[in-house]
Amino acid sequence: MKIENASSKNRTVQKHMRADRDGLKYSIRRDWQLYLLLLLPLAFVLVFKYAPMSGLLLAFKDYKIARGFWGSEWVGFEVFNEIFNKPDFIRALRNTLLLNTLDLLFSFTMPIVLALLLNEIKNVFFKRINQTLLYLPHFLSWIIIGALAYQLLSEGNGLVNNVIEQLGFNRVPFLQEDSNWLISYLAIGVWQSMGWGTIIYLAAISGINPELYEAATVDGAGRGRKMWNITLPSIRVTIVTLLILNLGKVMEGSFERVYALQNKVTTEFTTTIPVLVYRWGIENGDFSRATALGLFQGAIAVVLVLAADRIAKKLGEDGLL
Amino acid sequence: MKAASDTVTVHRRKRVDIWDVLIPFSLIVASLVCLLPFLHVISKSFSTDAYVIANKVYLWPKGFTLGAYEKIFADASILRSLYVSIVVTVSFTILGMIITVFAAYPLSRTRLWGRTLFTFIFMLPLFFQGGIIPDYLLVNNLGMLDTIWSLILPLSFSAYNLLIMKSAISSGIPTSLEESARIDGAGHFRILFSIVLPLSKPILATIALFYAVGRWNAYQDALFYIKQNVDLRPLQLKLYYLIIQSTESFQLEGSQVSLSNPEVLKASCIVFATMPILCVYPFIQKYFVQGTMLGAVKE
Repeated sequence: MKIENASSKNRTVQKHMRADRDGLKYSIRRDWQLYLLLLLPLAFVLVFKYAPMSGLLLAFKDYKIARGFWGSEWVGFEVFNEIFNKPDFIRALRNTLLLNTLDLLFSFTMPIVLALLLNEIKNVFFKRINQTLLYLPHFLSWIIIGALAYQLLSEGNGLVNNVIEQLGFNRVPFLQEDSNWLISYLAIGVWQSMGWGTIIYLAAISGINPELYEAATVDGAGRGRKMWNITLPSIRVTIVTLLILNLGKVMEGSFERVYALQNKVTTEFTTTIPVLVYRWGIENGDFSRATALGLFQGAIAVVLVLAADRIAKKLGEDGLL
Repeated sequence: MKAASDTVTVHRRKRVDIWDVLIPFSLIVASLVCLLPFLHVISKSFSTDAYVIANKVYLWPKGFTLGAYEKIFADASILRSLYVSIVVTVSFTILGMIITVFAAYPLSRTRLWGRTLFTFIFMLPLFFQGGIIPDYLLVNNLGMLDTIWSLILPLSFSAYNLLIMKSAISSGIPTSLEESARIDGAGHFRILFSIVLPLSKPILATIALFYAVGRWNAYQDALFYIKQNVDLRPLQLKLYYLIIQSTESFQLEGSQVSLSNPEVLKASCIVFATMPILCVYPFIQKYFVQGTMLGAVKE
């Protein structure tokens, strides 16, 4: 408290005298409590976010557990050369891009459609109930969603197949055949995220000036016209921003989602890059290869975000960074 | 009904739009698609085995029984997992909140020397991180594999939550209030604990929920870090082995093995693990929506 008082007395004088050099010293004396608070979070971010980054060096070493980190040999980009020639890598790369691009196509557009529909509902109670139900899947773990999926979609006793059979059709192996699995994977993703994704769009829509709609009504614009010429252009910035954010994830994809939905029968599309990293590194102990693969993925992801941002700016949007 | 809409047409000269029917209808369909899976699984979990095997259970239990739940509550390993999940979630949330508040308050002070540098240090992990293997090796080097700490410490700093908290403090608390406190001689600790935190209760609730629900639902790190020590498996990981992989069987009391259809047990396990979330869901949904919008504004 004493320091605080003394420093505030001196503040006006020092403001003019202070050079950048002793700015730190002065600030520490004045704001030592702030720096004290920062110590704990700094420790955590340095230990758990920055310290692992040094582990990325393993990608450039031929890591042998017996020799340890420093004893292992530097090999430059040899590990990368090695993994790029592995059929497993080619397939994981293809799957990652395939699953995430298709996911972007469906899971990204569905919330926009739903938000436009929800916006047309004037009855608050009806809207609220729909929103509550639509948000629900977002709160479940992928384990629960995976378990639910098998309860509903399995060929032998899934509910959906029971209904299909009752209607007189043949049972469909939704999760037990490769291309069907891919479709189910995408559908489940849409199911999980469609409601939650509407929140941001609904917020953006609620910010639109109502006079625009009134003027359009006077000019004789119908519902569809207003949606197309007022609502959509007004949320364009939001759409582009979210698209950029999601483009960066095209190289990532959720490990938990693939891992909870996979099974032993359908393996064609279930090996994505994070799954392969897990298999190589943690299951087989091949840390150099797994680290290199993870680094490759992270680097491409950063490039993708930066590129998408650049493109958005070229198109005249605000961009992200 | 027909007559009524006709009168409206005459008086207001407004056509009855087919979209007035189609839009609510498609929303009802979408909502039902979200709800029905639960109704089905809940019905299944209360049904007698025979009906489930015969694929006779749809959206209402047939041959009501609590047998499956009795078996779950008799299974020590499931209860043990539930206990681990609760302990981990509570301690993780408390630690995460402390870290977030301790970082967010200083970073929201414009006069903090080095603010840009600190913000950069804290936000870089949003874009780039070491990844699965470097994280794993760190946990290994710290000797935390197969300990409860591996589930509490590594993820407790979240750049995303910090971002939300920071912008909520900067925008939500009037600077004049803080200025007058400082003139009255209050230091930063006093301002933080007596002014900023009491005024930030809604956002604190939001972030605590982000931490808690995120921790409760995650299983990736547990899958990586908890290998040998089976007793430390949180509920989600336990369910993974039990239901999805089916590599583990239910430890039934009295060893009457597989008298029951595993499908009913699986269904009741799903309900058992979803109940905590479903019970609090109606109350926490509001905070989640607010938090998500705050996060989006800043992005």
